[in-house]
Amino acid sequence: MSEAVTIKYSRIAKDGFWENNVVMSQMLALCPLLAVTSTATNGLGMGLATMVVMIISALVISLIRDLITSEVRIPVFVLIIAAIVTIVDLSMNAWLHELHKILGLFIPLIVTNCAILGRAESFASRNPVRYSVFDGFMMGVGFIFVLVTVGAVREILGSGTLFANASLLLGNAFSFLEMTLIPEYGGFLLMILPPGGFLALGFLLAGKRLIDRKLATTDKKDINIIDEPSSEQATA
Amino acid sequence: MGTVSTPSYRNRVGYHAGLLWAMAAICSAALVMGYKATYLDIKQRMREDMQASLQQVIPSQLYDNDILANKIEIPVDSKVMAGKSVIQVYRASKENKITALAYQLTGNGYAGPIEIMLGVDINGKVLGTRVISHTETPGLGDKIEIKRDNWIEAFTGLTLGKPLVSKWKVKKDGGQFDQFTGATITPRAVVRAVKRGLEFFQQHKTELFTINPIKEAEGNE
Repeated sequence: MSEAVTIKYSRIAKDGFWENNVVMSQMLALCPLLAVTSTATNGLGMGLATMVVMIISALVISLIRDLITSEVRIPVFVLIIAAIVTIVDLSMNAWLHELHKILGLFIPLIVTNCAILGRAESFASRNPVRYSVFDGFMMGVGFIFVLVTVGAVREILGSGTLFANASLLLGNAFSFLEMTLIPEYGGFLLMILPPGGFLALGFLLAGKRLIDRKLATTDKKDINIIDEPSSEQATA
Repeated sequence: MGTVSTPSYRNRVGYHAGLLWAMAAICSAALVMGYKATYLDIKQRMREDMQASLQQVIPSQLYDNDILANKIEIPVDSKVMAGKSVIQVYRASKENKITALAYQLTGNGYAGPIEIMLGVDINGKVLGTRVISHTETPGLGDKIEIKRDNWIEAFTGLTLGKPLVSKWKVKKDGGQFDQFTGATITPRAVVRAVKRGLEFFQQHKTELFTINPIKEAEGNE
């Protein structure tokens, strides 16, 4: 790998995970975020499903990017994403049925997750396949990171457990993840209900700002403006 | 998107229409393949789910048949049965004699429908009740789930008459069933639905034991 390519990859990785994170910077995908993150396991499941859709849609859209004209690009992207989501939904219903019972309601909503359309529009349709797929992967990782963090905070404060039912999602080998952190905990309902999602998200966003400011003061070199157009304008 | 030298035909309406058409065709083909590859598995999973909920409301010593295969449908007044116009009844039998029935009821909960599976024996006595799905408030209304609370077991062994019909209410309404702290609508909905289920049994007693089971048509989905 030449140096330029390595730089490009590390740029994509940084953007996806932190600097241009789907939730923390682009402020997209908040609806599924708030809806499913009552436990860390649900967050992880939703994150994985979204990541799979993001990678496949980045691959397909990047492959056909030279065929698509700007006039019809949006309907074409929506068609492709909707088809992929439906197939993921069917596959999960057939082969990951227990998880589908928990997340089933939210899977079709991935179609309306503007983060996927946003990445298709602002990245996959302008970049070669290998970068696009990696971008889809890293954006997915960043999304999973936020979902699991918010889910974990809400689950610990709300029900005193962490990764409850993880073995349903990942198989029995991962049952060690299931922890009861606060035994005999009465539960804190607010955190499980939607307001808890807003609270946890608010603190997470504030935390990111704080860390960014710390980084900026300690290491001036880290302040560089993101060199691609931000996708906030792409999809409202 | 064609930023490097765009061929002129790309600007024609026909190209856009053709592109959209082709994309729609490809996506439809992909969906058909995805559906074909999964529908048998999905059907199997649904059967397993139904089987599991039936086993919870009918004790296993009461039957030796395939309950899922012995299904009948009874038309009902949808106004009385919370929007259902047909009740699907699964019949358990032992040595070719019907021993128990199980059917699904809907209650109007606080946040949406509550789906309940009810098992009754041939005299209309409740063998078991389970909530299959609901959207009640976590922490308040979800005590109707067996994994959170054994409240739902209170119905087991009861009939319409023992207790009296007038006692088929939550305590707040003068009945005999407990409500939850902070949630009355949810248990009230469940009690009503179970009561309706037992009334349904009495009204259709003869049909329930005489109608021939529906032959399950294969691959008609």
